[in-house]
Amino acid sequence: MTDAPLQPIASPAKSERKGIVRTASGIAALALLLGLSLAAHYSGNGFYLDLATRLTILAIAAVSLNLVLGFGGMISFGHAAYLGIGAYAVGIPAYYDINDGFLQFSLAIGVSAVFALLTGAISLRTKGVYFIMITMAFAQMAFFTMISLDEYGGDDGLTIYLRSEFPALDMEDNLTLFLVCYGSLLVVLFLVNRLVNSRFGMVIQGSKSNDVRMGAIGYNTYVYRLTAYVIAGAICGYAGALYANFSSFISPDTMAWSRSGELMFMVILGGAGTLFGPLFGTAVFLLLEETLSRITIHWNLIFGVLLILSVLFMKGGISGLIGGKERDDG
Amino acid sequence: MADFLLKASNLKKSFGGVNATDNVTLEVVEGECHAVIGPNGAGKTTLISLLNGALRADSGSINFNGRRINSVPVHKRCHLGLARSFQITSVLMDMQVIANVALAIQAQQGHSFRFWTHAGRDRRLSEPALDFLAQVGLAGRAFEPARSLSHGERRQLEIAMALATNPKLLLLDEPMAGMGPDESQVMIETLAQLKRTKTMLLVEHDMDAVFTLADRISVLVYGRIIATGTPDEIRGDDAVKRAYLGDEAA
Repeated sequence: MTDAPLQPIASPAKSERKGIVRTASGIAALALLLGLSLAAHYSGNGFYLDLATRLTILAIAAVSLNLVLGFGGMISFGHAAYLGIGAYAVGIPAYYDINDGFLQFSLAIGVSAVFALLTGAISLRTKGVYFIMITMAFAQMAFFTMISLDEYGGDDGLTIYLRSEFPALDMEDNLTLFLVCYGSLLVVLFLVNRLVNSRFGMVIQGSKSNDVRMGAIGYNTYVYRLTAYVIAGAICGYAGALYANFSSFISPDTMAWSRSGELMFMVILGGAGTLFGPLFGTAVFLLLEETLSRITIHWNLIFGVLLILSVLFMKGGISGLIGGKERDDG
Repeated sequence: MADFLLKASNLKKSFGGVNATDNVTLEVVEGECHAVIGPNGAGKTTLISLLNGALRADSGSINFNGRRINSVPVHKRCHLGLARSFQITSVLMDMQVIANVALAIQAQQGHSFRFWTHAGRDRRLSEPALDFLAQVGLAGRAFEPARSLSHGERRQLEIAMALATNPKLLLLDEPMAGMGPDESQVMIETLAQLKRTKTMLLVEHDMDAVFTLADRISVLVYGRIIATGTPDEIRGDDAVKRAYLGDEAA
């Protein structure tokens, strides 16, 4: 008989241990980030608090990209568009002296979601390189739209004089802003973790692994992938709104294709399809940027080499190095 | 033979100038194991793809369970009860073995817009998934990535996934493809078990398997069905001998 003897089910101990190591590293990294940022603030090193705030915001953006790129296998090369949309959703109202935070952030999330829905509905009908190109094309459309809007500064950008106003939160205070960003990162990580392990998340991951097969077992994966695409866009729009608060100056460069590339770099370097990968990737990216740019203005060149090396020799990125080689998607 | 579960009538499909499926009429009766055999390039996989909806026929009609399904897309045909296994192994390599089957079950339990509860800890998925894995002898490997399975085991997983969609008809596209004799034997036993409860359309090269399992056999050559009958009738059919078995005997 072919029936397996009723042996106890092989315990998932190995992959579970790997998962625990990885989760522990992620939590340690988050704790370290918080500790260092507070230390920087109270020791008067505002520069490092700024760096930490930027890291946190970009990490949220990278986590959202990871949802589609890492878990869903949708290689979006236009994710910075949502950073830009979110930023302008704060900047444009602020330009008209509308500083209500709830309105600005709702706008950032809402417009990003609608943009993702419209462009995703078209983009997701394509596969592979075509998907990469079409997502990039849509982001470039957003980019050039903002360049052409002289009222909002065109390519000179837009200065934001007042940060978003929330009751009981003084966003003008840099520490408060950092803590808001940090709290947002925690919430986003938690939500994405629930999402990728839910039934919905399994469909997304299955579609990445073998879309044809998913069709044959009864899924119209398109609607699920589109939903994930919209969720990712909305989260990134939120990150964009934080970014506008942080930088006080926004320009179309926020949504340039090179920005999208940087986000991809963060995700891939950190470990696509792992929960904390984008956080690691963003941290390494920013630290490299800070140190290398002090050494040479051609730091991008070194960056490129590093990316190639990490793709060739670090399958699974930084997360892949933590707790063993193989990824556990289950 | 009144109760056809599946009836394909005058199906045609051509790719460029090649008539891969040329006026095929095929009936699968409830409860039978119907084998389709034929030499390489006879159009067997094309036929399966037409039946499961991966390809659209140029003309002809397909009726399944009393319903015309010509323009029904793949994922909906699956929900109607048409499940397919693939000639070239097609499983979700990056996912755990159990997740492969759990996803097939999940598809049967309504929509998957459920964003919160951990699917891996959902007993409504894991318990039936382990049952189906046990049916194909893979229960002991449930928590390994599908990538770590051998070729033969992946073929078994394919069957478990097809079963998990709760099909009325299993379309099996060369389940023994690329298997060694031992693996084939395991698969034949698995299918012999399934045959008791499931209607099957089996496309296969392995003559041992076909003559062991099939109640009826259709022979497909150059996109045409040249004979249909019981295994004994097919063995004795002259046209079949010439076109197909003869090649091997010679």
